Amino acid sequence: MRLKLLLTFFVPLLGFCVLTACNQQKSSEQSHAATPSGPPPVPIDPATVASVSGTVHFDGTAPEMVPIDMSNDPACKGDNKAETVVVNSGKLANVFVYVKDGLGNRTFPAPANTVVIDQTGCRYRPHVAGVMAGQKLDIRNDDPTEHNVHAIGMQNAQWNESQMPKATPIEKSFDRPEIMLPIKCNQHPWMKMYVNVVASPFYAVTDADGKFEIAGLPPGTYTVAFVQEKLGEQDQQITLGAKDKKTLDISYKAQ
Amino acid sequence: MAARGRKPSFEELALKSLSTPYNAAHHRFAVLIACITFCLLVAGALVTSNDAGLSVPDWPTSFGSLYKIPRWVGGVRYEHSHRMVAEFVGLLTIILAVWTWRADKRRWMKWLGVAALGTVIAQGVLGGLTVLFYLPPAISTSHAAVGQTFFCIACAIALFTGRGWVEDAPQTAMDTQRPTLITLTLLSIFVLYVQLVLGAMFRHHGMSWWPHVLNAPIVAIVLTWTAIRAMTQYSKIEAVQRPAILMLGLLITQLCLGFLAFTTRVAWGKDAVQPETAMIASTVAHVAVGALLLAATVILAIQVWRHVPVAHEEKVPGAEPKAVAA
Repeated sequence: MRLKLLLTFFVPLLGFCVLTACNQQKSSEQSHAATPSGPPPVPIDPATVASVSGTVHFDGTAPEMVPIDMSNDPACKGDNKAETVVVNSGKLANVFVYVKDGLGNRTFPAPANTVVIDQTGCRYRPHVAGVMAGQKLDIRNDDPTEHNVHAIGMQNAQWNESQMPKATPIEKSFDRPEIMLPIKCNQHPWMKMYVNVVASPFYAVTDADGKFEIAGLPPGTYTVAFVQEKLGEQDQQITLGAKDKKTLDISYKAQ
Repeated sequence: MAARGRKPSFEELALKSLSTPYNAAHHRFAVLIACITFCLLVAGALVTSNDAGLSVPDWPTSFGSLYKIPRWVGGVRYEHSHRMVAEFVGLLTIILAVWTWRADKRRWMKWLGVAALGTVIAQGVLGGLTVLFYLPPAISTSHAAVGQTFFCIACAIALFTGRGWVEDAPQTAMDTQRPTLITLTLLSIFVLYVQLVLGAMFRHHGMSWWPHVLNAPIVAIVLTWTAIRAMTQYSKIEAVQRPAILMLGLLITQLCLGFLAFTTRVAWGKDAVQPETAMIASTVAHVAVGALLLAATVILAIQVWRHVPVAHEEKVPGAEPKAVAA
């Protein structure tokens, strides 16, 4: 009888543990596999670093920023408009720009500073953010209402936590590179922002005038990717010599 | 009584339903559960349409508490009210199962009460899992399908405890046509379940919209065929006629609502930054009428099984074929 009990409960449990362990081992192997191999990377010489800057334009009639109805929570006050496509005088804001390729097997440690995302006026500030894999991210709630913060990672684990007004910031980090990882609040379904997790410090987000700058790049040929949440991705090749300061402008067309 | 070892005839089976007395309170309680379950389905549809499924991040607690009522704002209002109605339905189902076990003399009814309880427990666990695993389409779809299955069971219990079922001898008519009406009703239930799963998969982002839309004409053809056969061939049997008319009416309504839901969600709402009123109203109505349609089809199948026995041709050498009850 006892043997039967043991077989009934512990054998499936043991199987589950073995499967879980195998899965963890596989994940660990995958993370090791992601580590670049080959000759050690050439250190970056600060005296030769170059930069690339530019402007992201928007061709055509800019879509109207739709006003958001926040009446389902009286604590959400102020004007709020959809930030899906933000255009100011033909310049496109909130485009994530990063060096997608060309850095070879260089690896970069996560910076010590913390990226802050604030919930205020029942919206996220900023709407698009960039962080390095492993870098700390603080999510604050400066609203007089409760939010839930739901990160919908595809390469990174999903999580969903509630946060009371003025509560201690939620401190998180993402382990794997992932572009346009959505963070949303299901209590206020219009609240959505994107975090871009990258492996290098060479990234920027276009400001209200569509401008960006990526500095400190070693000389080389790079693929620079421009990613917009609705309009998609555009890639550009650029070759930078020592101390170069090049301009890279692109345009998105109205859809 | 049927002799031991011999298959009981249809008439004997029908007489078996007389073995329990009509219990008005028990029947009314079953009807109440079916009605509240319908409200629960609407509450669940509101959660999905308002994208509020994860507004309460924990389960079985709500914001860490089993009894505290959170501030009902935003998505919490939908998710938490859905949980509260679900808990109430669960409690009522426990009472129904115990009551049926004690009061109903039909053995199969006792077990149907237990099955209802098992289904509602499974549904609760699926609802919890879908929160804990961040709305995976397979679990959310199962939650939608099991929810409607429970509604059908609740409606069936309400039917089986009704005076008409318990006290009236069934008015019967032989089914000599092929496919038989019971086959058509079972096929209708099958295509409706497929449609339910496809629709739920689309709603929970597990699939594109087109399989659900492509299956709609198949559902319409099968259900129309079934309803017309029931209405034309068995027009004198009210127990068959009524659910058939209801099924056809609900089918037409559901097709119109499906068109509206498609327009407001897929055509107009694909870039919407927040759930819009027209989309919420049309999709919730589509889910609600879909549940009523499935329940009406299940009731029709039960009534057809009771009132329209299948005739089989008895082949006697040298004689004309003769129809007998199965």
